Amino acid sequence: MTALTAGTELPTRHYRITRADLVRYAGASGDFNPIHWSDRVATSVGLPGVIAHGMYTLALAARAVAEWTEGAEVLELAAKFTNPVPVPDDDTGVEVAVAGTVGESAEGRTRIELTVTCGGTKVLGRPTAVVRG
Amino acid sequence: MSNDASVADLVGREFPPTDPYLVSEDRVAEFAAATGTPYAGSVPATFPIVLAMDAMQRFLAVAGIDLFRIVHGDQRFEYARPVRIGDRLTAALEVVSVRSIGGNDIIGTRSAITDADGVEVCATSATLVHRGGAA
Repeated sequence: MTALTAGTELPTRHYRITRADLVRYAGASGDFNPIHWSDRVATSVGLPGVIAHGMYTLALAARAVAEWTEGAEVLELAAKFTNPVPVPDDDTGVEVAVAGTVGESAEGRTRIELTVTCGGTKVLGRPTAVVRG
Repeated sequence: MSNDASVADLVGREFPPTDPYLVSEDRVAEFAAATGTPYAGSVPATFPIVLAMDAMQRFLAVAGIDLFRIVHGDQRFEYARPVRIGDRLTAALEVVSVRSIGGNDIIGTRSAITDADGVEVCATSATLVHRGGAA
């Protein structure tokens, strides 16, 4: 486990998202919004095509936190969905990178400031987790 | 948009809680697997979105909003305790705010997720962007 010392940069994690992942996530989460599986519907509302569920990307951020902290209890998790993550209709999908820096710690609560990017563009705004520790 | 007035009228409204949802190991493992998250007994942090989605879909039905016109603007979870296998959870959604910007409604919601004893497990808030389009 990486020490949760303020200022520590956590090793960036890279995760891949394919259309099949989105279908699976739709079933597991109950979010069947067609913008996450139908190019026709996605483009009809002005999106570039099928995009990942914002919550899929936030789940990947939480996955990185769980991996860095070996499953520390999460007390808060938040982000803005500032840029869409388009997922192409191919077998390789798209890669999302989750970077993190350990922030302030007080009263057993440690903040982790995250940076979540896709193709070099930040896709989450102020993604933050607070864990016990 | 004909819906605008009715959506704004829903500010401050608290919707009845969703039907109790049993947090089963199978459902949690399936949710974790969908994002490649290793599952070793602890429930993924974003799992309460399953409850929040249920509450949101009920609200959208009442407001007459099509799900495909909704884009998620932001999401926040504050946990009073971790969700555990065997929990029976419900979510009660409240519409906190509605703003109109450039033909889109920006809808602020807050959902309280409580266990079978009525104790809050997680407070979650979401901003939903309703893309009005040319309806």
